Amino acid sequence: MTSPADLSAVERERTPEEAQFDDLIAADSRIEPRDWMPDAYRKTLIRQISQHAHSEIIGMQPESNWITRAPSLKRKAILMAKVQDEAGHGLYLYSAAQTLGITRDEMMAQLIEGRARYSSIFNYPTPTWADMGAIGWLVDGAAICNQVPLCRASYGPYGRAMVRICKEESFHQRQGFEILLELMQGTDEQRQMAQDAVNRWYWPALQMFGPPDDQSPNSAQSMAWNIKRFSNDELRQRFVGMLVPQAEVMGVTLPDPALKWNDETGRYDMSEIDWTEFEEVLAGRGPANAERIRRRREAHEEGAWVREAAAEYARKQAERQLAASGAVA
Amino acid sequence: MSTPGEMGTEPWPLWEVFVRANRGLSHVHVGSLHAPDPDMAVRNARDLYTRRNEGVSIWVVPADAITTSDPDAKGAFFESPAGKNYRHAVYYTKSEGVKHL
Repeated sequence: MTSPADLSAVERERTPEEAQFDDLIAADSRIEPRDWMPDAYRKTLIRQISQHAHSEIIGMQPESNWITRAPSLKRKAILMAKVQDEAGHGLYLYSAAQTLGITRDEMMAQLIEGRARYSSIFNYPTPTWADMGAIGWLVDGAAICNQVPLCRASYGPYGRAMVRICKEESFHQRQGFEILLELMQGTDEQRQMAQDAVNRWYWPALQMFGPPDDQSPNSAQSMAWNIKRFSNDELRQRFVGMLVPQAEVMGVTLPDPALKWNDETGRYDMSEIDWTEFEEVLAGRGPANAERIRRRREAHEEGAWVREAAAEYARKQAERQLAASGAVA
Repeated sequence: MSTPGEMGTEPWPLWEVFVRANRGLSHVHVGSLHAPDPDMAVRNARDLYTRRNEGVSIWVVPADAITTSDPDAKGAFFESPAGKNYRHAVYYTKSEGVKHL
């Protein structure tokens, strides 16, 4: 137990703002934009929320790739709605990051100049229609697993953005499951295509939870700040636990021969994840890194005239309104 | 710390968005967005915050038009109601058991 003398020594080191921040975190309350917060907390959140936003925006690309070639009008409409959702998620998150004092322009510059990271999962190509199913089922599934606890993140605007996002993500995962299920109930070739997509996306999806707990340097601090609620390995286990019965319903095989329930540990045993691949893709040497950034930069630059025209129109309208009100007076 | 919408480096102003979910309910803050003018802000708000029938009406307000209480003076500013329990019905216990009170 801490003696009163020790306690006062600690108290003296903290400013009233620090004490208030610590108390709010200890009470599992929320920090809001105008509250005082430690610089490291602000920086961590800016990094995490902007990376998350970039992931949503870059995540539009592998799927928009299939909009023109979706197998039916229904699937095309669904895919368009999903890609539109990803854009929306990116915007919620950019807005949340901005409340921490970074500008949208700066975040966009970081992304298109290659200074910012985004989820490495979006650097894999999508060669077949079954990839749309695998992305929905595995990638969005992993994202939901990661994001549900983030709804309770200690930073208010981030948590609120995550609540909206999670509500919308569940449709994404279900439509992906349905695409794969329909393929699995089709011809041999279709079944093969579904299995092939699952084989390619399974491991990258498991890597989305981040490095193993003993190699995740920022995890402890993020958990102490109530930004992160569960460790990477815990979430990964939880995700695999959900996938196994779903894969059975679908009739696909998860591409891990070592995957087996272990009664003793109460967990799934699984093969080692190939982290060198993860590091490679994260370092920008994945199959589609350059392509994704190039496409984003093009979209940003080619849209410049639209932004300028809209700003100019707004300026003229405001001028006209001012002139009109002047004339009345 | 700077407040979004106040910065010269942001080309478009920030708008706060309020959505009325149904007739009879008040507009509730749902988030914010960027737009060059009020008309575009309303259209963007429709696309961003009501893709699934979340609302029947939208308000957009320029973020820098909002005046807030000082968060640092939180305690002092909201001090007045403290210790005034008699403003709540539960303060009055003698009527317990008496009907319709």
